[in-house]
Amino acid sequence: MPETLTKFIFGRLTLESLPLHEPIVVVTFIVVVLGGFAVLGAITYFKLWGYLWREWFTSVDHKKIGIMYMVLGLVMLLRGFSDAIMMRLQQAIAFNGSDGYLNAHHYDQIFTAHGVIMIFFVAMPFVTGLMNFVVPLQIGARDVSFPFLNNFSFWMTVGGAILVMASLFVGEFARTGWLAYPPLSGINYSPDVGVDYYIWALQVAGVGTTLSGINLICTIIKMRAPGMTMMRMPIFTWTSLCTNVLIVASFPVLTAVLTLLALDRYVGTNFFTNDFGGNPMMYVNLIWIWGHPEVYILILPLFGVFSEVTSTFSGKRLFGYTSMVYATVVITILSYLVWLHHFFTMGSGASVNSFFGITTMIISIPTGAKMFNWLFTMYRGRIRFELPMMWTVAFMLTFVVGGMTGVLLAVPPADFVLHNSLFLIAHFHNVIIGGVLFGLFAGIAYWWPKAFGFRLDPFWGKVSFWCWVLGFWFAFMPLYILGLMGVTRRMRVFDDPSLQIWFVIAAFGAALIACGIAAFLVQIFVSIRKRAELADVTGDPWDGRTLEWSTSSPPPAYNFAFTPVIRDNDAWFDMKRAGYRRPLTGFKPIHMPKNTGTGVILAIFSVALGFGLIWYMWWLAALSFVCLIATAIGHTFNYHRDFNIPAAEVAQTEEARTALLAAEGAKA
Amino acid sequence: MASTAITAGAEPVFHLEEEHAHAEGGSTMLGFWLYLMSDCLIFAMLFAAFGVLGGNYAAGPAPKDLFDLGLVAVNTTMLLLSSITYGFAMLTMDKGRVGATQSWLAVTMLFGLAFLSIELYEFAHMIHEGATPQRSAFLSSFFTLVGTHGLHVTFGIVWMVTLMVQVARHGLIEANRRRLMCLSMFWHFLDVVWIGVFTFVYLMGTLR
Repeated sequence: MPETLTKFIFGRLTLESLPLHEPIVVVTFIVVVLGGFAVLGAITYFKLWGYLWREWFTSVDHKKIGIMYMVLGLVMLLRGFSDAIMMRLQQAIAFNGSDGYLNAHHYDQIFTAHGVIMIFFVAMPFVTGLMNFVVPLQIGARDVSFPFLNNFSFWMTVGGAILVMASLFVGEFARTGWLAYPPLSGINYSPDVGVDYYIWALQVAGVGTTLSGINLICTIIKMRAPGMTMMRMPIFTWTSLCTNVLIVASFPVLTAVLTLLALDRYVGTNFFTNDFGGNPMMYVNLIWIWGHPEVYILILPLFGVFSEVTSTFSGKRLFGYTSMVYATVVITILSYLVWLHHFFTMGSGASVNSFFGITTMIISIPTGAKMFNWLFTMYRGRIRFELPMMWTVAFMLTFVVGGMTGVLLAVPPADFVLHNSLFLIAHFHNVIIGGVLFGLFAGIAYWWPKAFGFRLDPFWGKVSFWCWVLGFWFAFMPLYILGLMGVTRRMRVFDDPSLQIWFVIAAFGAALIACGIAAFLVQIFVSIRKRAELADVTGDPWDGRTLEWSTSSPPPAYNFAFTPVIRDNDAWFDMKRAGYRRPLTGFKPIHMPKNTGTGVILAIFSVALGFGLIWYMWWLAALSFVCLIATAIGHTFNYHRDFNIPAAEVAQTEEARTALLAAEGAKA
Repeated sequence: MASTAITAGAEPVFHLEEEHAHAEGGSTMLGFWLYLMSDCLIFAMLFAAFGVLGGNYAAGPAPKDLFDLGLVAVNTTMLLLSSITYGFAMLTMDKGRVGATQSWLAVTMLFGLAFLSIELYEFAHMIHEGATPQRSAFLSSFFTLVGTHGLHVTFGIVWMVTLMVQVARHGLIEANRRRLMCLSMFWHFLDVVWIGVFTFVYLMGTLR
């Protein structure tokens, strides 16, 4: 009976499941293990486990959770980018009969993992992290509406990332492309664990994303400081609100469609199969009903970042605040009416295609309005070309090109030529790198001093900036050209040697981007070392305009000693102009939520559940499901989830800041 | 609170002197509504899938061959009655009567269990006849839609038991009232979804 027993315990996991025949994966594995041991060893050596657990992992402080989201995004960026540079190298050398260095099995996993990781585990954590950190500070709140849920959401996102990373070394990842269209992703054509990793990683992370969306909507609706009407909210908060509405209104669709795919694979239902009445096209429709809003989920908060940055560094009130708000809302609504443009070629007929082509083109109108608002904000402003502003200008120049190629693709007859070509790849990288990523770097450079109390080193920031911007243009302009020549996406080898030069140029661009990422890491490292020199004690290093700059950097756990009262859009600018003075006495105890480890535990059980389902270890799946429910119920029996920060402690914190400010004043 | 702040004479006021506490659980109802709407979207997707696939019998059984409207009527009655009794539980909760609230919750749970039992019986019967979820896309979408609703009811019952224990321990304190209110919304929401299922799947299916 030992074989049955092994099968019961390990499901379909065997020693052969480990990709020992793939030297590249083995080397990666060794590096990751050594690196992992080094990090874990260092944490143990410096006795940081207790600190990390108490102060970070179990923290319900929105600022710390925001920072942890950013760290997750950065780590996963390194993984996602490794996939990217491997693909660029493969495509640059797989000519003239050469097979390149990646076999088809591996290459197909790489392009799938690249897409999945970059969208779900790089862009989403970065965007969510930024919103988490900034929104409560901008609206004068002490935390989010549901602090525990916030911690739980973060750890579920980490759980999804862990499952994706595990697929690299235990088994394999999907070979289907990042949206896993059936029937290819069905059990007949993908019998291995790859698609199951895909499904459960996204389901686990998706729970976190949906809950975090609900949380931030409630925070923005319910927790604004007195006087902050909807039309006095900072524009980043507005774009965050719209983004979170999009999250709550679209991620359930993804959850549902992935559940149906899972049922097809696990139970043998016939939703997306070729026979017994299934309809694979329904999957394509459903997943894009989530997928299109998703790209606006990513870009809208960054539109907010660019608005804040442009206004601050031009020293002017944002031009056309009201039109900016309406443009954001219009984009939010329109993003639901365009999903079919992702598959014009499916053959829905001329009328349907025309409808979706036109709605797609209409989106460029509010987006264009935003562009002009930023330009008019800069017009006659005293522009300071600090790093965030440089990223903003680079965004405006780059994104416009991506937007225009998008409008081109929105024309159905043109799309029939360009569908699934490298032109499309160039287009969406143009808007995602040029929009989302540039925006994230602007946001990180802008709010870093708020989070840590010192600025980022400008020199290495500029090195990173130029490598990224030039690298982007080198990497993706050739793809536009190749796309126009008819080269399709996801190709591993090429027959026509005349195409090679363009792929070599693209690979050069990817290398430049690698330098950009390295320079960014160096920038962080150098800045931490030079933190005394780069320190900012005022809490307002950029002469900011919104509330987050009114408190200290980093802000105290309670954010604001007294709840601020707002009477203008640019609340902090208004306060400074009116000669606002920090209150120095009369502090009250502050009511705050307690830390809890439940979020971590629930996420661990969720990962175990996913792992059990992926490998058919039914006992593990059942056990972790029961533990998951039991822990969740157990948590509800805890009625004591908050405490008061004593007035004396608040006074002490505030007096320390007063002393710092006085010392700074004396120096000046 | 806000009025004192904004029109404070010559010297503008930029902060509240008194601690401005957000009421404990002040966002819970809004948050729970948002959750319900996200759940509603999941059901919307399942209804859409049924709408697309509901006629794809793949030469297998059709609704006419499978559905027993009498049984479904009894089933629907159980669920509707459970919503009414939950309403009674909320009324007694407002009056602060712990015992009566608990009793009505128990009655609600019994109706919920009756609903689930009838549904499971129906499923078992269909599977016994060979109408399994694997048989056709129509049956896949039928079982998934109705089954997801059933799972929600099951989860609601687990939740109800939890809350009854908590009410027994702590009485009808503010936190427990809030929780009962959330479950109430959840329960009625499932009722509304069931009316959709009843109409769209069973009645219109039989007419097909």
